[in-house]
Amino acid sequence: MSTASIPESSLAAGFTPEVFEEFLQTRDEPEWVTQARRDAFELYQEKLAEPLDQEEWKRVDLRAFRPGKFQLRDDSFDAGNLGTLMLDRADFAGSVVHVDSHYARGSASEELKVRGVLFGDLATMLREHGDTLRPHFATRAVQAGTDRFSAWHAAFWTGGTVLYVPTGVTIEEPLYSLIGLAQAGATDFSHTLVILEDDAEATLLEETSSATSDAPGLHVGAVELLVGRNARLRYVQLQNWNSKTWHFAHQSGRVESNGSLQWTVGGLGAKMAHIHQDVHLDGRGAEGQVNGVTFATDKQLISYYTQQTHHAPDTRSDLLYKDVLRDKARCVWRGMIKVDEAAQQTDGYQRNDSLLLSSTARCDAIPGLEIEADDVRCTHGATAGRVDVEQVFYAMCRGLTEYEAMHMIVQGFFQIVTDRIPVELVRDTLDKAVERKLGIGE
Amino acid sequence: MATLKITGLQVSVDDKPILKGVNLEIKAGEIHALMGPNGSGKSTLAYALAGHPKYEITGGTIEIDETNVTELDANERARLGMFLAFQYPVTIPGVRVADFLRHAVSNRRDPDRKEGENLIPMREFRKELKERMGELGMDTEFARRYLNDGFSGGEKKRMEILQLAMLKPRFALLDETDSGLDSDAVKVVSEGVNRLCGPDMGVLIITHHERLLEFNKPQFTHVMLAGSIVETGDASLAAELHTNGYAKVRERHPEEAAEETSEQEESLASV
Repeated sequence: MSTASIPESSLAAGFTPEVFEEFLQTRDEPEWVTQARRDAFELYQEKLAEPLDQEEWKRVDLRAFRPGKFQLRDDSFDAGNLGTLMLDRADFAGSVVHVDSHYARGSASEELKVRGVLFGDLATMLREHGDTLRPHFATRAVQAGTDRFSAWHAAFWTGGTVLYVPTGVTIEEPLYSLIGLAQAGATDFSHTLVILEDDAEATLLEETSSATSDAPGLHVGAVELLVGRNARLRYVQLQNWNSKTWHFAHQSGRVESNGSLQWTVGGLGAKMAHIHQDVHLDGRGAEGQVNGVTFATDKQLISYYTQQTHHAPDTRSDLLYKDVLRDKARCVWRGMIKVDEAAQQTDGYQRNDSLLLSSTARCDAIPGLEIEADDVRCTHGATAGRVDVEQVFYAMCRGLTEYEAMHMIVQGFFQIVTDRIPVELVRDTLDKAVERKLGIGE
Repeated sequence: MATLKITGLQVSVDDKPILKGVNLEIKAGEIHALMGPNGSGKSTLAYALAGHPKYEITGGTIEIDETNVTELDANERARLGMFLAFQYPVTIPGVRVADFLRHAVSNRRDPDRKEGENLIPMREFRKELKERMGELGMDTEFARRYLNDGFSGGEKKRMEILQLAMLKPRFALLDETDSGLDSDAVKVVSEGVNRLCGPDMGVLIITHHERLLEFNKPQFTHVMLAGSIVETGDASLAAELHTNGYAKVRERHPEEAAEETSEQEESLASV
């Protein structure tokens, strides 16, 4: 890729101190936000000099990754041609669209505003509702100092969807967030921040998309999901970038007493994706369910580092990831259940199943447990296998072609996890995404 | 009249010859029974006719009417009307019975259908499925379940017959459909088969019991020994085998019986 293909922006490519200073000039934000960026940038430079955590990164090859080829945009660029699997297919209580890391457009129903719900883009929200959001933003779930990616993100974030639901408010209809990349070499440093106060309930569906199939892109993102006491959050992120995009993300959820977080991730796109996903069960009786659907093809590498941490007694976590791999694709899943000494009577479960459609695909699944309490139930498992030829033959004996049989087996494989998702639109969307990836109907 | 014609069929599995030249002709409207001791090649014949890639056809032909299907794969044969009811039906987790069958039925009724093209209309399909399930005494809830997932032995066999009823093949091969079933279940399956037998379908019942044959009386009984059909008779042959076993057959066909013994010794030696 030549730098000439990158359209004009007042910012140079790369993430040097000079670019950082220029970048700050383009921002109109409260002093505390600017200071947080400066601190994070300092951290970023320190972390760049340190090696990455081998436990997390040893299976992810970053040698071909060139951050200097990507460029922050200082403006919004609304490409109308973002492919979306969800928008226009249902009624949403509100929507927010970001393109190239900047807010592009959005809407929120009058009713939401009346009920005190905040829904919009992070830059605006921090300016207008800083007092409400500041205690939650990058303090409890995703912190700048974790590694070079979290620091990088904290220094350069430009947009992201914010949802704040006050105590006792239930939003029936789902909210929608679209994160797009349009221009070649563009970056997305979006920061999703969801805060549910006690007894609140909401559903946020988020998807990422590229405007073209061949524009290189970079996502260094963060997701923070803060679920209050007795609150219920359903959050979906469907990663559907083009195959030229690098995706790095720190995503973390924290659940207070008797709260419930149902978190679904779809990993379909990207050249390489690495997601650090944490679920913290902070209060007694908190519950976290994580569903993962990954379909990697060609030379994609999709990697997850998941942690389910039980900090309090009577907490339950349940993670189920299903990966399908084809061609020379690779998946990595490193999962960990941690149970603090105080977290008695917890129930932790993690499982990763992989289905390999070609002999050149590869999956590494490494579950792990770290348990300090003595009265807990924690189970984990991982399976990997090829498509069963007897299943294919059986289906063919009923008149299905070999491809049709394979596709049905793949869809069935995912069905087990989509069955756990109560939102019909999400199930349909995942089905559609899988069909598209399989090339059905093309 | 539709005819399934098997001529000089030789089949190997992992380069080991199992069928050594089988000749058999089944016409629509006929019921044939295929009997024989364990290891004689009955299931091999069923799999080879259905088109299992592991069962390599090394000689002979399979024809449906005038069409030579020997080189066709399983799905092409199925679309032409071949149906195998499995001895051990396969489980496909996450795939609902109704979805699976709707695809299968669509392909069977429109043999040129390509993946992604129109399926038969949902209303029409549901109505038909519900009727067939009713006739087999199946709870319609089964349509929503995952194919054979968590089914009992009897439920799986009933599911095979349901598929048979929906696909309306021209030739049905029932591979030990009665094994592992209690007599009530055998009765249900037999009644199902009886209802489906007619002038448009030929049936090959593979069994080494007689139970299914009591309900579905064969016009022809074939006895297989060491990969060849050594005798063909009527329903009384099946009854005789049921009473006396295969000792008399072996006496009448010492050559095949000897082959059978040497093969058994060979397979024991290789353990």
